[in-house]
Amino acid sequence: MMSEISAEQSARKRALDVLAAAPAKALAERWAAFGDQPAHQRIRGPETGLVMVRGRAGGGGAPFNLGEATVSRASVRIVTGEIGHGYCLGRDLDKAEAIAVIDALRQREMARVDAEIIEPLEALMAAGDEKRAEETAATRVDFFTMVRGDN
Amino acid sequence: MYVAVKGGEAAIANAHRLLADRRRGDRAVPALRLDQIVEQLGLAVDRAMGEGSLYDRELAALALLQARGDLIEAIFLVRAYRTTLPRFGYSEPIDTGAMKIERRISATFKDLPGGQMLGPTFDYTHRLLDPSIVGEDAEVPATREAEESRAPRVTDLLGRQGLIEPDGELPEGHEVGDLTREPLDFPLNRDLRLQALARGDEGFLLALGYSTQRGYGRTHPFVGEIRIGEVEVEFDIPELGFAVSLGRVRVTECQMVNQFKGSATIPPQFTRGYGLVFGQAERKAMAMSLVDRALRAKEFGEDIVAPAQDEEFVISHSDNVQATGFVEHLKLPHYVDFQAELDLIRRMRAEFEGREAAE
Repeated sequence: MMSEISAEQSARKRALDVLAAAPAKALAERWAAFGDQPAHQRIRGPETGLVMVRGRAGGGGAPFNLGEATVSRASVRIVTGEIGHGYCLGRDLDKAEAIAVIDALRQREMARVDAEIIEPLEALMAAGDEKRAEETAATRVDFFTMVRGDN
Repeated sequence: MYVAVKGGEAAIANAHRLLADRRRGDRAVPALRLDQIVEQLGLAVDRAMGEGSLYDRELAALALLQARGDLIEAIFLVRAYRTTLPRFGYSEPIDTGAMKIERRISATFKDLPGGQMLGPTFDYTHRLLDPSIVGEDAEVPATREAEESRAPRVTDLLGRQGLIEPDGELPEGHEVGDLTREPLDFPLNRDLRLQALARGDEGFLLALGYSTQRGYGRTHPFVGEIRIGEVEVEFDIPELGFAVSLGRVRVTECQMVNQFKGSATIPPQFTRGYGLVFGQAERKAMAMSLVDRALRAKEFGEDIVAPAQDEEFVISHSDNVQATGFVEHLKLPHYVDFQAELDLIRRMRAEFEGREAAE
């Protein structure tokens, strides 16, 4: 477990969180629309492997191994020297590599990457979450008590 | 006894070719695509994924297609596939308290902070076959403004009043057991039992859970809460020095609340069973929580009198890939074994007849 992380790390984490959770198609579209993608060299991968997902007994107790998930990852160095890392659930190697390149590029062009890739993807996913939450809310049970007699 | 025999190569090759033909079926019927299986047979996909113990919906769909819909065969295929991949590591434990909830119900409290949400459930349907769904599009779901998205766990509500035992800690410094790495060595800690149950056969666990309700190791259960939804999987990235989210997985969690235990030092408290399964798998999560509680018998000083309380019996037989391997191996050639048995029975009969003739 990591202890505290800096504000810079926390912004990088947020970007990586969004990229990993983003649907591959939406990410690819945003990335294509971004234009000037830097040439890059692969340091590791892209490759697919497994992460053992853990749960906790009772929800908050001792950890246990729930089961594995497929995960793809890539590490790259872009032409300007920055190193980026990409991790995401599933077997989509292109997605993992794109995340790594975006992570590297974000170290140079943070404002533009955030504005043109991270924030729109975040908004897209928030809209999807909102829609599902509203559909779920429509199935909420409103209990009412029948009027009882005097005794 | 096994003896190598040769022969049957052509028969095997042609049998596999025939299998591929029968799998495809009538060529006039369009071939299934994986996205159709993922989208429209989602709960079969979830079961193959859960018992295959590998979260990857598209792979599970491929396994189902290849197995012609045979779930245990599909689970076997998923398990075999995972052995081909390297292990990157262990995730941080998922936080089901932060779940994006798609269904959440409680049988113990009517008015629950966060509310009771039925979600996409079979409950309250009439179980009448409906031919009108064939080839039809469904209505768009109703919507309603969503309030608080974060719902506290029911067990935390009871826990605040001290009426229920805590979530279940193991001693400090305990290394989390992993049955995919180490052979099982009985007796087990609860972490290993939960891992085995999470990938265990739904039918087996359902029957065992049912047996506890019918009196074979009774635990007086109530569903404290069932919740289904997506949670983030956080993974510590050594290159970065902090954990990032790998994305979300859908899980089903069941908190079973059971009758009390107390001791000279601990006041009476409700006890608990826990179920957590990949995907939408409510029946499995409920069965798991019943069996988890039953298997804690020794911890509570209960007499072990029923199958569901017998750890070695339950965990040794809950894995359907192991079970099918051993049962199905019986159909492989045992010609030499059987020759020996034949010899033996002929000798026994000769002795029997010899004795009869002597009398």
